[in-house]
Amino acid sequence: MSILIENISKTFGHFQALSPLSLDINEGEMIGLLGPSGSGKTTLLRIIAGLEGADTGRIQFGDRDVTNLHVRDRRVGFVFQNYALFRHMTVADNVAFGLEVLPRKERPSATEIKKRVMHLLDMVQLSHLANRFPSQLSGGQKQRIALARALATQPEVLLLDEPFGALDAKVRKELRRWLRGLHDELGFTSVFVTHDQEEALELSDRVVVMSNGNIEQIDQPGALYASPNSRFVFDFLGNANVFEGNVENGKWHNQQANIVLPAGLEEKGAGEKDGQLYIRSHEFFVSKEPTAQANLPLRVIAINPIGAEVRLELTPIDWQSNDVWEIDLPHKAFDKNCFEKGQTLYVTPKAGYFFAHDATQPVLLNWETEKAVAATTA
Amino acid sequence: MSSHQAPGQRHQLRVGDSPWVKGLLIGFTLFLTVILLVVPLIAIFQQAFVEGAAHYFNSLLEADTLHAIGLTLVVAALTVPINLVFGVMLAWSVTRFEFPGRKILMTLMDIPFAVSPVVAGLLYLLLYGNNGWIGSWLYDQDIQLMFAWPGIVMVTVFVTCPFVARELIPLMQQQGREDEEAAVILGASGWQLFRRVTLPNIKWALIYGVILTNARAVGEFGAVSVVSGNIRGETNTLPLHVQLQYEDYQAAAAFASASLLAMIALLTLLLKAFIEWRQERSLNIEAEKERQVTQ
Repeated sequence: MSILIENISKTFGHFQALSPLSLDINEGEMIGLLGPSGSGKTTLLRIIAGLEGADTGRIQFGDRDVTNLHVRDRRVGFVFQNYALFRHMTVADNVAFGLEVLPRKERPSATEIKKRVMHLLDMVQLSHLANRFPSQLSGGQKQRIALARALATQPEVLLLDEPFGALDAKVRKELRRWLRGLHDELGFTSVFVTHDQEEALELSDRVVVMSNGNIEQIDQPGALYASPNSRFVFDFLGNANVFEGNVENGKWHNQQANIVLPAGLEEKGAGEKDGQLYIRSHEFFVSKEPTAQANLPLRVIAINPIGAEVRLELTPIDWQSNDVWEIDLPHKAFDKNCFEKGQTLYVTPKAGYFFAHDATQPVLLNWETEKAVAATTA
Repeated sequence: MSSHQAPGQRHQLRVGDSPWVKGLLIGFTLFLTVILLVVPLIAIFQQAFVEGAAHYFNSLLEADTLHAIGLTLVVAALTVPINLVFGVMLAWSVTRFEFPGRKILMTLMDIPFAVSPVVAGLLYLLLYGNNGWIGSWLYDQDIQLMFAWPGIVMVTVFVTCPFVARELIPLMQQQGREDEEAAVILGASGWQLFRRVTLPNIKWALIYGVILTNARAVGEFGAVSVVSGNIRGETNTLPLHVQLQYEDYQAAAAFASASLLAMIALLTLLLKAFIEWRQERSLNIEAEKERQVTQ
């Protein structure tokens, strides 16, 4: 079922939790609400469920206006961050709850309920735990029971609040894949809240990035990654290093460090302006000397092998940056150079995004780094 | 604590763990407990039976005593349900809703604990007595509350009203409202929510509160003595009756009545211990299971 959110806003006392915002969710879509804590994502989810009333605006499920409909009658599935399983009921009774509280006319017979509960437990692969109590389950099992309980009434909208927040990394990954499979198979519309960018990018059809009660950007994961449209989204999606530069003689300068402006900047409408460069951690070439294109001296402070890459943590030498820089190198490149802690090295960006001081939208930058590096080493 | 240490090594004592202090403290506490609590309790039963078992039972079967027992039970039977409902409603409203004056309400709730019961009795007399603000109007309608059983019930309700709420509020705060939200999303009506989710969650704390309410309702003296008027065989509760008998130089009969109150108190303690044990056990079982699962 599609969900239409129109001009929804909410204040708690003097705190503006949501500024008026609108969002269109298509039938069968999986939407991730991504943002830091306090960004309003959970409030938005609770308003969709009906657990919180909006101050202004309208919500529609399909053709049905549900703005003033009580939670009980919205018929959504909701999975709580801490599962909220009823501790005094067995797993089977928990799952059956939504069916057993139906008005007598609509309620299936006891045997029918039992059958449906077993079917749901089979679906979440936990039918052997039907007679256990929630306190006897692990976190991942609780999560799956909470999901089975939410799906028992066959809702067309499933809402999940930080569904994998309390689980360890391995279980989280496994459950994520499983939830995506279930979503595709059953075809309900899902909205989930997360602060984990990896989770949002992996699971969602579209990601809604939120901050301070506003929607910053709505895009498919690929598009979001390729073209973040604000500094916030860039910062929040992470792994980007920021270089603050002032233009002089065709270079961005920051004290001793500098980067040559790439060709064709004028045509992209940016011109020679001061501003910030956002460069992702894997978009670098690393060398022991400055190159013709950039002079960015950094000191290695940590070396962390992470999966297929090695992450170097670096601090600027004789120039300013707010954060520690992170640079990801393939093992091959790392092994070739044998970097050590405390060593000085130079990085050259291959691609990045430029926010001019007076701009809210970034300009994509591309250097012909290979040539510049080749010219230097030749 | 130091059994694993090699002999001859100096014992590293924990703070306050000197054997002298430990022995003295424990000994003194035990001594006080015996003199202040155990001896009087035994003395009650000893004094009650001082003129023999036959006299004991005869004095209990005296018409006025039977009436006092009956009235006490009626007062408790009315007070407990009233405060049960009131306590649950109070706990529910302060833990589940945000409203102006919520903090003040939580403080006001403790007035019956803070104020002397005699003062409470006097206040009720002032308000509902025949010359009182509300009482004079009630008198015109031919309704008498003070110096009659309704007055006794009213002050007993006042004195015992915080017990149930006090037990429930911390528990309900700790459990939060997620369970209830989950139930409503699944389609539960208000009553289904209360009966199937809220009530099972607060069951043991509720029973505990009821036991405390009952114990206090049966034993209340100060407030009741102000509003009862001490009419023998009419408005005398058991604690008042004990005093009357004692003042009439019927010491053995007074102690016989007192022994009933003492037995109710002992029963209360037993029930309280049982419920604490049940609660602890259910928590332990949960913790144990948790451990098994995580292993």
